[in-house]
Amino acid sequence: MTGPKKIEAPALRQSTAVAALQPDAMAGLKCYVANEKIQQAIGLPGKLAADWQETHDAAIAKMGELLGKYRSLKVFMDACVHCGACTDKCHYFIGTGDPKNMPVARQDLMRSVYRRYFTEAGKLFPDLVGARDLSKEVLDEWYTYYWQCSECRRCSVFCPFGIDTAEVTMAARHILDTVGYGQKYTNEIIGKVNNIGNNLGLSGPALQNTLEGLEEDLKEDTGLDIKFPLDVQGAEVLLITPSADFFAEPHIESLIGYGKVFHAAGISWTLSSHASEFGNFGLFNGDYEMMRKVALRVRKAALELGVKRIVVGECGHAWRVAYSFWNTLTGIGAGADDPFAVQLQSQLDHRYKQPAHICELTWDLIQQGRIKFDKSANDHRIITFHDSCNVARGSRMGDAPGGQFEIPRNIIRAVANKYVEMPQGTTREATFCCGGGGGLLTDELLELRVKGALPRMEALQQVVDQQGVNFMATICAICKAQFTKVLPYYNHKMSMVGGVHQLVSTAIRLGDK
Amino acid sequence: MTVATIFFTVLYYAAAAIFVVGMVVKIASFVRTPAPLKIPTPPAPTTTGGVLLRMLREIVLFQSLFKSNRWIWFLGILFHASLLLVLTRHLFGFLQPTWFWAVWVQTYFPYAGFVMVAALVGLWGRRFLVERIRYISTYSDHLMLALLVGIGASGLAMRFIEDTDLVTMKAFFIGLMSFDLQPLPVQLGLYIHLLLVALLMIVFPFSKLLHVPGVFFSPSRNQTDDPRAKRHLAPWAAKLEKT
Ligand code: HEM
Ligand code: SF4
Ligand code: SF4
Repeated sequence: MTGPKKIEAPALRQSTAVAALQPDAMAGLKCYVANEKIQQAIGLPGKLAADWQETHDAAIAKMGELLGKYRSLKVFMDACVHCGACTDKCHYFIGTGDPKNMPVARQDLMRSVYRRYFTEAGKLFPDLVGARDLSKEVLDEWYTYYWQCSECRRCSVFCPFGIDTAEVTMAARHILDTVGYGQKYTNEIIGKVNNIGNNLGLSGPALQNTLEGLEEDLKEDTGLDIKFPLDVQGAEVLLITPSADFFAEPHIESLIGYGKVFHAAGISWTLSSHASEFGNFGLFNGDYEMMRKVALRVRKAALELGVKRIVVGECGHAWRVAYSFWNTLTGIGAGADDPFAVQLQSQLDHRYKQPAHICELTWDLIQQGRIKFDKSANDHRIITFHDSCNVARGSRMGDAPGGQFEIPRNIIRAVANKYVEMPQGTTREATFCCGGGGGLLTDELLELRVKGALPRMEALQQVVDQQGVNFMATICAICKAQFTKVLPYYNHKMSMVGGVHQLVSTAIRLGDK
Repeated sequence: MTVATIFFTVLYYAAAAIFVVGMVVKIASFVRTPAPLKIPTPPAPTTTGGVLLRMLREIVLFQSLFKSNRWIWFLGILFHASLLLVLTRHLFGFLQPTWFWAVWVQTYFPYAGFVMVAALVGLWGRRFLVERIRYISTYSDHLMLALLVGIGASGLAMRFIEDTDLVTMKAFFIGLMSFDLQPLPVQLGLYIHLLLVALLMIVFPFSKLLHVPGVFFSPSRNQTDDPRAKRHLAPWAAKLEKT
């Protein structure tokens, strides 16, 4: 009998020279496929059709549809020159050596099929241009490797044409979904958020209990009545935050931080039991309508509660959806003239950015002098900042390009004395994904997650060795969960990772305001 | 009229038609396909002017490639810049009178063709020497480089070995463009060069040379970063709001 494979972290590399390819190193790692119940709960076919031809035709038809709906997919399929500039840029390739985890090779899994069915060259000379028929084996290969991409967009930064493998991955997953070949982890969560209101399946009363418990704990700690209001009609701010913030460590420390900021600044705010989840896993499946449906809960909650501002908590992919897509999907934003969007936009207070990131709100308050800190309270920490891929490469904060890099760092420097940067080339737009994003934060993919974390762990090790860093701040619920799990494999304490608002929480002055 | 003259006349009309129609169809499909979501790769410009500058830096300097891989960047810039010079030098063969700046290039860059071939050989070498790039290379990648090297080499042979009759050739091409058939000089190097160039025109709209229009249409590079300030809605997505 073979027990579960023991997972070991790869050795940190001494130089950045690329190691030899390890063909098929990860071919055997396939995350769980969604069962019929999970699929049907979100309106997808339960399983693959018994007749392959039927699946084949449906997949090709869907691909044709997406090529007509997404310019990104169409241009990216055609424009790649196979220059190879992206080949060493993916953390999963760096960590596993599997050539199919090179961005261009990952795209080629689909491009080969695209060429066969949608281009003259591939129809006439398939072998010449690397075109191939869609077979069950090809579809399986898609499933395996498109679920080994965290849609982090690092490759897009480095491609001369901006070819974004994430767009290709999303299209592939969308096609897989529509032929009944969805992923368990992601689709189960989308079902929960639609039925219960959050990814964890936490009901309204359970949430109420949790928040009351939190208020009591804080009363004991601080002697103050710091509130975590739920469903308060007419509050100024509606806060939408990842549900992990309600109970997971270290996430909850940041939730406490948000509560303290609102308390100290005297801003009335509320959570919503109907929209108690910021996460939007519809993004991972590349399914516009699914993503829209999840996002519409926030619109509905905002209209019902009559809030003036929509502010969101620390979550990477969800901030990408909120910043880049909410205005498109739900009208949460500004500058619309259609009745659907205007209904909501006329209610919002446009002196503030809509939606705003909690970091934008906190940084504004710091600049206005409305919240104050005892920086020495963080002196036991030597802090570095991990740019989460979706924040760094899928969004912005503030008014100027790059605000998503500066604002969290500005906050850290305002609340703590000791801050150091990780090496260049591993931060800002070139940041490495934590290794668990894009719908891969599931236990059966742990081997991939551990290996994919390698480049980040190398950068971290450098500042640990040289500057004694003992805290890595980040503003993403997935990063926090992934690092908590993966840090021990690299001989670090899991408590080393935490949120930016955890640092805010430690240093903020509450009593003497 | 020799057989060769008639053959190349027909070939060039056909190649030009395929090139133009193929590109128009392809570009029209890029234009028609909407980009439903804002996906510029940050840090992205927030204004249209900023986007134009970004595109200019990408097209002229290959900015992203520079950040990505210095070897590919160097060889790529060398190839494309010398290609541009070589193409400009060719204007001499099609225009009467030739524009002054084309004459200028003609005079001051006599060896651009050698640089182009050398850069292509360098890029080709990477396809054999670098394991990652060897892995992703298809036959068509090799053939495209072979074709371009063939065009460059036969062109250089025409100039430096065969001493082609440029005056007659120019008359042939100006004749082609004004539908007034003129004889083509009889020269093997010239035939090979013309044949390969026609082949390049024919495969252009069906190959990775679509990176040329593609670079202008890439949403991750040509979008402004303003999704919170303006609502961005594709026609097919707007329909979802009506239901
Ligand atoms: C707007 C104009 C153009 C831009 C911005 C552009 C950009 C690029 C870039 C960034 C690369 C990748 C780096 C490299 O391998 O050199 C590339 C590759 C290539 N380009 Fe262009 N290009 C343009 C026009 C052309 C034209 C007109 C041709 C040929 C007729 C051409 C032929 C090629 C070829 C064959 C490759 C692949 C080289 C290889 O196999 O390594 N390009 N181009
Ligand atoms: S999006 Fe990220 S995970 Fe996916 S191929 Fe590109 S670099 Fe790799
Ligand atoms: S960098 Fe871009 S063009 Fe070059 S191989 Fe990768 S995806 Fe293709």
